[in-house]
Amino acid sequence: MAREKGVVLLDFWVSPFGQRVRIALAEKGVDYEYKEQDLFNKSEHLLKSNPVYKKIPVLLHDGKPICESLIIVQYIDEVWSDKAPLLPDEPLARANARFWADFIDKKVYECGTRLWKLKGEEQEAAKKEFVEIFKLLQGELGDRKFFGGETFGFLDLALVPFVAWFYAYETFAKFSMDEECPKIVAWAKRCMERESVSKTLSDPNKVYEFVLFLKEKFGVEY
Amino acid sequence: MAEEVKLIGLSMSMFVIRVKIALNLKGVKYENLEETFGSKSEVLLKSNPIYKKIPVLIHNGKTICESMIIVQYVDDVWSGAGPSIVPSDPFDAAMARFWSYYIDDKWFPAYGEVMKGQTREAKIEAAKEAIAKLQPLEEVFQKQSKGKDFFGGDTIGYLDIALGCYLGWIKAAEKLTGLEFFDKSETPLLAAWAECFYSNDAVKCIMPDVDEFVEFAIKIQAKLNA
Repeated sequence: MAREKGVVLLDFWVSPFGQRVRIALAEKGVDYEYKEQDLFNKSEHLLKSNPVYKKIPVLLHDGKPICESLIIVQYIDEVWSDKAPLLPDEPLARANARFWADFIDKKVYECGTRLWKLKGEEQEAAKKEFVEIFKLLQGELGDRKFFGGETFGFLDLALVPFVAWFYAYETFAKFSMDEECPKIVAWAKRCMERESVSKTLSDPNKVYEFVLFLKEKFGVEY
Repeated sequence: MAEEVKLIGLSMSMFVIRVKIALNLKGVKYENLEETFGSKSEVLLKSNPIYKKIPVLIHNGKTICESMIIVQYVDDVWSGAGPSIVPSDPFDAAMARFWSYYIDDKWFPAYGEVMKGQTREAKIEAAKEAIAKLQPLEEVFQKQSKGKDFFGGDTIGYLDIALGCYLGWIKAAEKLTGLEFFDKSETPLLAAWAECFYSNDAVKCIMPDVDEFVEFAIKIQAKLNA
């Protein structure tokens, strides 16, 4: 089978995981072909590229697939190492960045999903948990400009795509991230000053509409 | 400054075993702080307030958590010593990370069902599932090893550690079910790899005996059924 040269990204427009990869590619100035996937009717290309999980994002580099967003981002950082380093150099800082990115992976999306899927007491519990998660992240950020310090890096891009989901979460679960985690909101604004982020993140209104669509699809009451 | 390396863990924990193998490969001397099964020490709770889990590496007073993150940290800090653990080729590194993630995410829960199985029959059924989930790794080994003994090639690497740490527990499951997890005809490369890994100097000095794992499995089962 002839390998297609170049960089191809199999992705879904609103996916925060896919957006991590798009931000990384933009930071590195890498040209790539974006291929939007229909997650409700998965293509042969996607199923063959990620037979284990059948999920996006998948990066294909000269035909070779790499899966799992944070693994893809580390791959991008290692291949295009001449520009915009994403992971810090220092071993402890690297371990720290990986730890918190893994924490984000374990906690944020799953908890966020409960915010719009559940109601009543369960939703309240999810809201409390969501705020706790972000308060921990806020603590980790401290008074720094970015999680990477002075420079935008791995941990910033691991988290920032979820900011586009704040409006949807806040609306469904009735709370305000600005009130609960103001430093996170301020950090998000600083990230949005970067073109790689502002051009990648979904419009929060569109995310909200997407969640409405999901609610209907999964039969969740409004 | 003299290096101060401490490892909070439990000798039976596969995740702790990962870190010990990495430290051994790099020739790093460390102080082993053994936890008591069933309770968590103050040191552990302070060192890992987020997850309250072992292993935790304490290096010159700084804490590092999550087994494979610790392994990468050890590889980064002691990069001049011993073999390189993470592959230097970015694609090989990505493959090692992906399959390590698969092992923890998909394979380990399947293995867990063997331990949870309340009857021998239930354990056998669960073991068949777990064995099936190991199958994809035969091809991964063929591609990554490039004809050598380990996923990492000539020396133990990231993926070897990620999977190999389970070998003691796998042998315990084999005793409890009578099944072979690495069938010599189904997965010959993995079968050969398992023997190589298990007998490696960096591994055998810290891997408890199979009978200790069996005894521990019975203890855990009793706790689960209580």
